[in-house]
This record gives sequence, structure tokens and C-alpha cells, in this order.
Amino acid sequence: MKKFLLPLVLFVTLVVFLGVGLKRDPHEIPSPLVGKPAPAFALPTLRGDKPFSPVDMKGQVWVLNVWATWCVACREEHPLLLQFSQTQRIPMVGLSYKELQGSEAANASLSEADKLQLARERSLKFLQKSGNPYQQSVMDLDGRVAIDYGVYGVPETYIIDKEGVIRYKRVGPVTPEVLKETILPLIQQLDKSA
Amino acid sequence: MRNACIAVWLSALASCVVAGEAQPMAQDPQVEARLVAIAEELRCLVCQNESLASSHAELAEDLRREVRKLIREDKTDKEIKTYLVERYGDFVLYRPPLKPLTWPLWFGPFILWLLAILGLWRYLRMRRQLDPRRLDAQGRAQAEQLLKD
Repeated sequence: MKKFLLPLVLFVTLVVFLGVGLKRDPHEIPSPLVGKPAPAFALPTLRGDKPFSPVDMKGQVWVLNVWATWCVACREEHPLLLQFSQTQRIPMVGLSYKELQGSEAANASLSEADKLQLARERSLKFLQKSGNPYQQSVMDLDGRVAIDYGVYGVPETYIIDKEGVIRYKRVGPVTPEVLKETILPLIQQLDKSA
Repeated sequence: MRNACIAVWLSALASCVVAGEAQPMAQDPQVEARLVAIAEELRCLVCQNESLASSHAELAEDLRREVRKLIREDKTDKEIKTYLVERYGDFVLYRPPLKPLTWPLWFGPFILWLLAILGLWRYLRMRRQLDPRRLDAQGRAQAEQLLKD
């Protein structure tokens, strides 16, 4: 009996490790940005008013959602974002990530202004049709700001506190579980603190 | 017809102009050599088993563009890697840095090796104790009896 004990213990240990490994999503990489100030930027808005900057949101908890109309997973989370915006008073800012892709983005016959216009039209069309959860939308055509935020797979969602510090980052679509168990409690806690 | 010809010719010219503009960026051999050397050490975030140098993902393309820009700004390799680690974490480095969190990663294999050596040593010692040459007289007689039967 004792002879089997050691192999059994080794086997169970191995199974536990493999089991944990199976459950983990390799695409979820801990972001070094959590706990750091949100990188500064100034980007043109969807409405075309003055450029938006994270400093504009100082003093309130807000959500930054990185998305694009070509991103399928973004459409998946869109109804949930809409519901969030209708039930919560926390502002959500949409960052349109590289709306123009590949050859379109490289098309030299279009000026930068033309590209911005095209991206705006496309984003606006989508938001008008499916509903707009964003209090403000900004256009990151070349994806440079997204690089500063460590974006590597849209959609991504950040929670930024009153001091402008990133408190949470979600890669991939927000699910009802993540919203209920992580995002909402965190927002409430951050909102209460002065 | 003639207008169409001119249009075709113009568009061909336009693509030549584009190619001419894009070239200096990709064709500065020194920058490219450094880019490849650095990017081989970096992981593409999208297709995680590919290096930043070999990946065709659009993000890898964008990150190579940023690295090229940093190379032109005469940043050191270390500064360039720090730039990426600040945004994407240690995960972008194929060679993880030595710090308490990565100690198991760096030293784990050696510890396992030592444990294996210890196990082997104990096993060999145990086997030696069972060595038939160590049988006492009574045991030897018993064994001989068994062999005869």
C-alpha cells in the first residue's frame, strides 16, 4: 500500500498543476499599467469638438473602452456596455482603435483628414445603429495611444480612478460575470473614496 | 480612352511615388539589423509563440515601427526593451528578468535536479543493502536449498 503512495501523490500533484494550467487563459497577461497613472494623450473626438485628454476626467472614476467596428468581440460586449451606460452614472469613454485597417490605412491617396473623416463616419454609423454607450469617443487612427496603454487585443477595458490611476484592465470582451463580480464592486469602491 | 490611359499611368506613377517614400524606412540596413536583433528577443503579444521579428500580426508591425523610431532616436537596446516592458510587462521578453517572482523559473530546474540526485542516491543505497552477497549463513543455506529443489 505504502509503495503506491508516492506515485499517487506525484500523479495528483501533476494533475492539479495541469488542471490549473488548463483553466488559465494565456492571453490574459498581467498589465504593468495597473496602479500607474493613465498615459496622457490628446486625440480628436468623434464629435469633432476639442481634442480629448484623460486629464479632462480628473476627479471622477471613469471607464476607457478600446474598440473598433471591425472587431467582432467588441460587438459581442456592446449590449452589455449599453446596459452599463444606462444603469450607471460612471462615464465611459470609447477609444476607436485603428478603425481603418491594412490597405485602407496605408492608402496614400487619402489624406489624414480624409481617413479621420472615414473612421468617424463608420464609427458613428455603428453607434447610431446599435446604440452609443460612450459619453465621449476618441479616434486613435494609427494605434499609437493604444500602444501606450499596452493594448494587444481589442476589446480592452480600463477602469481609471479619480486621481487618474489605472486600477483595472480587462483584455477581451466584458462578460456579465466580470461586470458583476469585478467591475461594478471596484467602481463602487473607487467612487466612494475621496 | 485617352483619359483612361492617363488615369492608369497616373495611378502607376502614384504607386511608384508611394514605394519611393516607404523605402528609406525599411532599407536603412543598420536600423533593420538592430531591429531584427532586438525584435528576436521580444514576444509578439498576439501570436505568443512568435517573436516580434517574425510575426505578421498587425500589432507586431506597429510595434516594429515604434522600435524603428526608437532606434533612430539613438535609444539603447535596454531603453527600447524598457519601453515595451512598461506597456506590455515582462511577458514581452523571451528571456525573463531575474527577480523574486521568476526565481522558481530560473532555479527550479536545478532544485529538481538536486532532488533527483538525492532520490537516486537513496535508491542506490537501499539496493546495496539488499545485495545478495550480504546474505548471512542461514540465508545462504536457505537459498541453496531452494536452488536444489
